[in-house]
Amino acid sequence: MNLTRRQMLCASVGAAAAGVFGLSLSASATPEATAESIKNFAGGKEPAMGGDLTLTTPEIAENGNTVPVEVSVASPMTDDDYVESVVIYAEGNPNPDVAVFHFTPMSGAAEAKTRMRLAKTQNVVAVAKTSKGQVFMDKKEVKVTIGGCGG
Amino acid sequence: MDNIKPRVKVPKSASAGDVITIKTLINHPMESGLRKGKDGNLIPRQIINKFTCEFNGKPVFSCDLEPAISANPYIEFSAKVTEAGTFKFSWLDDDGSVYETENKIAIK
Repeated sequence: MNLTRRQMLCASVGAAAAGVFGLSLSASATPEATAESIKNFAGGKEPAMGGDLTLTTPEIAENGNTVPVEVSVASPMTDDDYVESVVIYAEGNPNPDVAVFHFTPMSGAAEAKTRMRLAKTQNVVAVAKTSKGQVFMDKKEVKVTIGGCGG
Repeated sequence: MDNIKPRVKVPKSASAGDVITIKTLINHPMESGLRKGKDGNLIPRQIINKFTCEFNGKPVFSCDLEPAISANPYIEFSAKVTEAGTFKFSWLDDDGSVYETENKIAIK
């Protein structure tokens, strides 16, 4: 891996910050842990950004305890071409997993809505897997005013 | 746990082939296991970890829930109606309880 000077600088600042705030950082998930989970979910495939998957979240969530989140995938939802599952991750939560939706051709449309907890301002990632093996990903940043993980 | 009442909104009737929207809500604290009680000890995790919806015995939709889902989990999804029948919804609690409810739908 070739590091540019800027990346080196960021990395060293990050390492210093991690040293200072070591304890508080170790309590929350990292984007790397999320990337690892995505890799496991996608079965080694590189997810295509955007595509047919749309993740809808508010830009600013005043209360991190209930943040509405919506996923929808454009798909014919027939027996041989449907969306199998959509998974949602929150990169900055103590545990990045949020929910996994499992669809069937009986679902008619690959759409689901729920409400989640967000500990702080962070990226929310959705990854969809179709029965044909395609993998899509969408990412949104949500600004959280009051975190929702207690503590 | 007591006083847990699932609520589901399903249209009373639909045309064959219609895709309908189903809204579900269940009152449950979804205790994440990360909060501390007044005595300073962690409150043990207790959440709904799985939700499933079946239509006439066939799976329509299911969802694995994690502690990052808000209290009183609300789930909205869609289903394709091809015949009259019954939707069966179930929520699985960490403590092993299962909360169930059913809704009938007719064809116009």
